[in-house]
Amino acid sequence: MNTLITILRRVLVAVPTIIGVVIVTFILQRALPGDPAVFYAGPSANPEVVARVREQLGLDQPVFMQFLDFIRRLTHGDLGLSISSGHPVLDDLLSRAPASIELTLAALLFAIVVGLPLGMLAALKPGTLVDHACRVIVTVGAAFPTFFVALILIFVFYYQLGIAPEPLGQLNEIYDTIPTTVTGFLLIDTLLAGDTATFQSVAMKLVLPMISLGLFALAPIARITRAAMLETLSSDYCRTARAMGLSYSRMVFSYALRNAMLPIISILGMVFSFLLGGSVLVEQVFAWPGIGAYAVSAVMASDYAAVQGFVLLMAVLYVLLNLVVDLVITAIDPRVRYEH
Amino acid sequence: MTKQLLSVQDLSIDFLTRRGRVQALEDVSFTVSEGEILGIVGESGSGKSVLSYSIMGLSDKAANIRSGSIDFRGVPLKPEKMADLRGREISMVFQSPRTALNPIRKVGHQIEDVLRRHTPLRGKVLKSAAIEALARVRIPDPERRYEAYPFEMSGGMCQRVMIAMALACKPALLICDEPTTGLDVTTQAVIMDLVRDLVAETKMAAILITHDLALAGEYCDRIAVMHAGHIVEVAQSRSFPNELKHPYTERLFAALPSAAANLSELAIIPGSLPDLRGALPPCRYIARCERAKEDCSLGPLPWTKIDSDHLVRCRYPK
Repeated sequence: MNTLITILRRVLVAVPTIIGVVIVTFILQRALPGDPAVFYAGPSANPEVVARVREQLGLDQPVFMQFLDFIRRLTHGDLGLSISSGHPVLDDLLSRAPASIELTLAALLFAIVVGLPLGMLAALKPGTLVDHACRVIVTVGAAFPTFFVALILIFVFYYQLGIAPEPLGQLNEIYDTIPTTVTGFLLIDTLLAGDTATFQSVAMKLVLPMISLGLFALAPIARITRAAMLETLSSDYCRTARAMGLSYSRMVFSYALRNAMLPIISILGMVFSFLLGGSVLVEQVFAWPGIGAYAVSAVMASDYAAVQGFVLLMAVLYVLLNLVVDLVITAIDPRVRYEH
Repeated sequence: MTKQLLSVQDLSIDFLTRRGRVQALEDVSFTVSEGEILGIVGESGSGKSVLSYSIMGLSDKAANIRSGSIDFRGVPLKPEKMADLRGREISMVFQSPRTALNPIRKVGHQIEDVLRRHTPLRGKVLKSAAIEALARVRIPDPERRYEAYPFEMSGGMCQRVMIAMALACKPALLICDEPTTGLDVTTQAVIMDLVRDLVAETKMAAILITHDLALAGEYCDRIAVMHAGHIVEVAQSRSFPNELKHPYTERLFAALPSAAANLSELAIIPGSLPDLRGALPPCRYIARCERAKEDCSLGPLPWTKIDSDHLVRCRYPK
């Protein structure tokens, strides 16, 4: 019951954030240079045509009326039509989001699987080779931009060594059979279709973008894990654990790591939101059919509705993510449950 | 004659630091017998904690045992065997009980961790043993407290949990490192009464490490006074404070504040602890001592025997 109230409170706190995001997105978009009516009417249109297009798009209305209209349609799940693709923005985003989420989650998983043990080992054996290796990886991971790492990886593993598949999207449309869309996540859909060959191909194509993006997330995870573990390992309760003769593994996992997880999970939330943003560049390099690439072309084309939809989707993802982080921390740390 | 449980002989410990070798302990010797409470008193930096940590085998990596031995039940304590003894035969209670307990684990589970490590108890029996351990330290309603987290309890209650944890496997020796620092005076008395009663009930031995002379005098059978890594005087606590022989101990007791005295009337000991790096005189109190004579800086410092259980490390005991 107590937990349920905590969850509800966190969800309610998220509502004003979403409202704020809706308002800011709308204003920001109107403040940007470029006239969508001119763009939409085409390069050869005369002023009358432009005016007619402006009227069709509702851009001749006062800004406040445009905003009310925007809200009214939003409540019906209508994000408007994308000028450049001609499809409803919601459909565009929903069909492309799984590719981005798949990439981001894979990158996060990679970063956790590598970063967490790396940080732990560095903290358990400070001053040793592992510790120095950790520092080097953290510095390199943080110093190089993702798209640069991506290009290097492509150059080495695709062009030079030829062991990676071509960096052209999620699957090869000539050789691979496209599975029927169930979840939209190709890794899951291919497995549901029982098509292991395509699954393998999709997984292989995920490796390089996953590493490029994941390296960027690995740095903060390894660094925070190391710092948090160093702190919990030298804590009084770990000293108690040792004084009671508890085994090394129990001391490290039940006492040090569990307490260190609190700052680590907070940083995971932040890292995940970095990744959502950072994936835009990696998607461009790997021709990944995700929402990042979609957003970039929408901005180029002054595609108001598409950009608004993208920003809104991102904001909702961020808010949901923070909610998840809060809930996980609540589950781990009993002290949070009783705060009001 | 009670059986001797712990015997520390000529223990010298150095810390190898970047800024030189710190001689934290030198020629420390004492014994603890079953059912006895030994107090180790001294000011901050005198080596009390270093001593207790080296008995537990929990010393920092920089600590280096230069000479001496620590025997438990007549057998030398080996570092590689310590993990089995800790919590089962020798246990320790720390100061600041709030931080000494894992903040995100139920106290009952923390006690179970210790029991699971050292006993074959599992499942329901394990849980009831943990509750029994809580009951033994007189925690009211132990079944409910089993489910509590440290932050839900007072400091005194946390220290009882800590003691319950340390005593869960019924150890032969309990080391209490400043167990009542940070607790208010009434809680302090309750905790110390508890320790004394548990020692009396179980024939367990205890070492009480404190800077509180009054506390040590009240609860300990014997007291060892430490100064700058030396034990300077060991005596029955009833000898305190009237039959003290060492100049440091004497001034230490003279410095005890009394309720009647003004703050300005507080007696102080001039000087401070010597720097423990580099060469040290045989008697580390020499720079602060009013009885110091020329031969004090010559040759090894002798133990002067006042009677069978009263030893002083001074050439000129009173």
